[in-house]
This record gives sequence, C-alpha cells and structure tokens, in this order.
Amino acid sequence: MAIGAKRLVVGAHYGLRDWLAQRLTAVILAAYTLFIVIYLFVARAGGTFGYDEWAGMFAPVWMKVLTLTALLALFYHAWIGMRDVWMDYVRPTGIRLGLLLLTMLWLIFCAIWAAQILWSV
Amino acid sequence: MANETASARARPQFRNLSLAQLATYRLPAAGIVSILHRVSGVLLFLMLPVLLWMFELSLNTESTFERLRTALGNVLLKIVLVAVVWAILHHLIAGIRYLALDLHWGIDKEPARRSALAVFAVSLPLTLLAALWLFGVI
Repeated sequence: MAIGAKRLVVGAHYGLRDWLAQRLTAVILAAYTLFIVIYLFVARAGGTFGYDEWAGMFAPVWMKVLTLTALLALFYHAWIGMRDVWMDYVRPTGIRLGLLLLTMLWLIFCAIWAAQILWSV
Repeated sequence: MANETASARARPQFRNLSLAQLATYRLPAAGIVSILHRVSGVLLFLMLPVLLWMFELSLNTESTFERLRTALGNVLLKIVLVAVVWAILHHLIAGIRYLALDLHWGIDKEPARRSALAVFAVSLPLTLLAALWLFGVI
C-alpha cells in the first residue's frame, strides 16, 4: 500500500526482530529436545519407567519452569511460522486477518493449557 | 560468477510453471528439504491439541496414564505418531541446517546440496527406527 510517491506502509525492523526471534526460539527448542532425550535415555537405563518416574520428572519447580519456557518458545516459534504461511498463501485481507487472529488466540489458549497441565502435577 | 554464463544459458527456464512443465520440473534436494520444513511445521502446529491432550493424560493421574497407554494401542494413533515423529525430526534437523546456513556455513552449491541430502539421511532412518519401536518390532 503506497502512501504518497515513495513511502510504503511497513514497520522498520520488525521483520528482523521476528527473523531473530524465530532463530532464538529454535535454539531453545533444540537444546530442550536434546536435554529431554538424554534425560529419558538415562532414566530408562535405570530400570522400569512408568507413571511415577514420568510424573516425578515434572514434579520439581525448575523442571516446570524449564518446560514452560520451552513451550512458550514453541508457541512463539509457531506464531512466526504460521504467520508467514498465511501471508504467503492467503491473499484476501479479511480471511488472512481472521486466520491470523485465530492462530494467535489458539496459541495463547495452548500456552495457558500447557501451564495448567504442568502445575497440576 | 563469470564462468557461470555458458552453463546458465543452457539451463532450462522455469518461470511461471505451465501444466506441461510440471511433468519435467524437479525441485533440487535443498528445495525438497525447504518445502518439507514448512509442511512439517504446519503439521506440528495442527497436531498441538493432540500432543497437549496426550501430555495431559500422561501426567494427570496413574489411571489417565494407563488410559493413554491403552489408547496408544490403536493403529491409527500409532500412524499419526509416526507422522509426528517424522515432522519433529525433519523440522529439527533441517532447522539445524538453516541455522548453519545463517552462519554462512556450507552455503556453496555443492556443500548445500550434500547437507540437504544429509537431512534425509538422518531423519528418515530415525523415523523408521521410531516406527519399528512404536509397532513393537524392536
């Protein structure tokens, strides 16, 4: 959308900020995944791994905080990715805005749900 | 750049693909990794409710844990899980490749092609391994 002869309606730097956020959240997610995979391999090597061990793993507060941090990184990461997908494939402004809004509300819902799951253990 | 001109002219041109060109158009390996990175990301986004539902069942109580264990005996759910495992593996490994490319590691044509093939060489056998484990073969 052009305003005047030369100016475009685009914010300065928000593209860079999202680009960087996508990568930072990716690094957090990769690190958390590696941590969980190693944790589970070590825990399983110790013998039986049932409900008590699984629930016990998420009992300490530091683990809840770590997991919620990773999940919040996941939801932010998913937001940037899905926003890009809608912007690439959905042209009509109304439908695009609707999908962006639904995605945003859905991810906020997921974040609250995730916190509720973690703190009910 | 200068030595590219001769071969660049002989290359087939694909601009706006016509239907007839679709039959001969092939994405390079890096292009396949790229579109599958997007496909796997969207798939994981769509699977979020299923995964959170499973996470909740697994943690709530011992009886919901057992209910999930029983539910996971369902072949359809196993197939969905194999797809999720593939999506996670592809998205993770291709993602690591993109982080490396962002740091300008391996951005030349040949190394980039080889790293794209390496993504499949790691993600597909690991997915197979996970599938065999889920279906109780190993």
